[in-house]
Amino acid sequence: MSTATRDAYGKALVELGEKNKNVVVLDADLSKSTKTAEFQKAYPDRFFNIGISEQDMMGTAAGFATCGKIPFASSFAIFATGRAYEQIRNSIGYPKLNVKIAATHAGITVGEDGATHQSIEDISLMRGIPNMVVINPSDAEETRQAIPAAADHHGPVYIRLGRMPVPDIHNKNYKFKLGKGEMLREGKDIAIIATGIMVSIALEAADRLREEGINATIVNIHTIKPIDRELIVKVAKQTGKVITAEEHSIIGGLGSAVCEILSEEYPVKVKRIGINDTFGQSGTPRELLEHYNLTFQDIIYAVKKF
Amino acid sequence: MRKYELMKIAREIRINVINMIAEASHGHPGGSLSSADILTELYFDKMNIKPDDPKWDDRDRLVLSKGHAAPVLYAVLAKRGYFSERVLLSLDKFGSILQGHPDMKSTPGLDMTTGSLGQGLSAANGMALAGKLDKKDYRVYVILGDGEIQEGQIWEAAMTAAHYKLDNLTAILDFNGLQINGHNEEVKNIQPIDEKFKAFGWHVIKIDGHDFDQIKRAIEEAESTKGKPTIIIAKTIKGKGVSFMENRVDWHGTAPNEEQRQKAVEELERSEA
Repeated sequence: MSTATRDAYGKALVELGEKNKNVVVLDADLSKSTKTAEFQKAYPDRFFNIGISEQDMMGTAAGFATCGKIPFASSFAIFATGRAYEQIRNSIGYPKLNVKIAATHAGITVGEDGATHQSIEDISLMRGIPNMVVINPSDAEETRQAIPAAADHHGPVYIRLGRMPVPDIHNKNYKFKLGKGEMLREGKDIAIIATGIMVSIALEAADRLREEGINATIVNIHTIKPIDRELIVKVAKQTGKVITAEEHSIIGGLGSAVCEILSEEYPVKVKRIGINDTFGQSGTPRELLEHYNLTFQDIIYAVKKF
Repeated sequence: MRKYELMKIAREIRINVINMIAEASHGHPGGSLSSADILTELYFDKMNIKPDDPKWDDRDRLVLSKGHAAPVLYAVLAKRGYFSERVLLSLDKFGSILQGHPDMKSTPGLDMTTGSLGQGLSAANGMALAGKLDKKDYRVYVILGDGEIQEGQIWEAAMTAAHYKLDNLTAILDFNGLQINGHNEEVKNIQPIDEKFKAFGWHVIKIDGHDFDQIKRAIEEAESTKGKPTIIIAKTIKGKGVSFMENRVDWHGTAPNEEQRQKAVEELERSEA
């Protein structure tokens, strides 16, 4: 089954709202798209549409947090992180307030709206803010578990969500652990470290590679900050070759984070798969993933060329 | 508290502001002195607070959105008993609990971290919305600068406050007319401020921001105004109380040297009240 992580977010919020009465949800006139409308329907008193004003929404969320509330502030990733960057930095990150920023429509797979709506720098922006936790779930179940985990963590959290349906990787037995990576396949030949929607694509690549006798390790890094240094170093040691895969610029995101760790602790060659320092364009998600070399074939090609 | 006593406290606060900024050789005296009377009235007469329990859930809250006036707020908090007045001389120094701009993690009694202009009203809205949600009767005050309202976020937040009928929120505009590069009209005209806020759905009161009776009455009028937020446009004098600083844009962000410090303090000590 395929589900968009934004849909899982909407459902997870409703469950969380039932368990935790301190949860409030803020949106910036996109509640039908971000799926916070489901929370609004269930708990109208705890839902606040701040209108098309993301900077104000982040500040309002900060004020809520000073009064013991756990605000989830939602918008599209580009507006949440780009437009309101300094508000997040100074009014949320610096005072370490308990605000959760849940940003949907991340990456280029938002598709037809084009480059203005495709956030390919949001991980980089949020990762640079001290105190900020950055989560990029790979499927619906991981999102379902990441939302309450974000609420339980005291401090600012950024959660990156997508619009395009992604295949289910995890079932209900899965246990999401904030800050821990997940070993999905173990192989001796190469390590592929992926995040978000690229995890299922990396798994598909691994299945095909195995048919050709190439055994790849697949690691899911759902928490980009704090990152699981131990696991990243471990798989680099086991394979000596690392590929990173993300639906984000190769500058400042997962690939950069992995390179930072490995160059300090265990230098091996790393190939970063992601958006190559370019803006996107309109198209279907599938067309865009193909054009920007983010398919399982591209991963296979990178492995063979390594 | 009687007006005479408040004037006396405000004078002592002004002296502390001058001494703090001189000791730090850094800070913003102009906008600190202009808002001294407003903050004195709030913290010593109006606000429901417990200095020995700074995070008391039911307290009234204050957001100093014009965060560069931090020295005056620190001086007020110290005099009100949140921490020792001795600490004031550590302003801006490495390791101090008194950061260059308000940091709620460092200083007891601060309700919000501010300093980057235009962000405080949104945070105050969040506090006011939380108060309504929790059915608490605390009030939220936010101090805005006149230059600061050139930030677009202020107007986003002004709309939000009116839309949610935040009558537990009072904004006070410290309208001293000057900003870093000169008069508001020269830099970017903000007038007509009263009509702008009225158009955004606010109740507007205009007062002399150095007259304790007027400040008090305006705060009470804001309290009794239902269904909309109130802004008190307080006409003030930048550098108020020190003759050579008054209405001088050069004293926006300049620290007095030793000679100027002494002159300012002597003048304040001799002043009425």
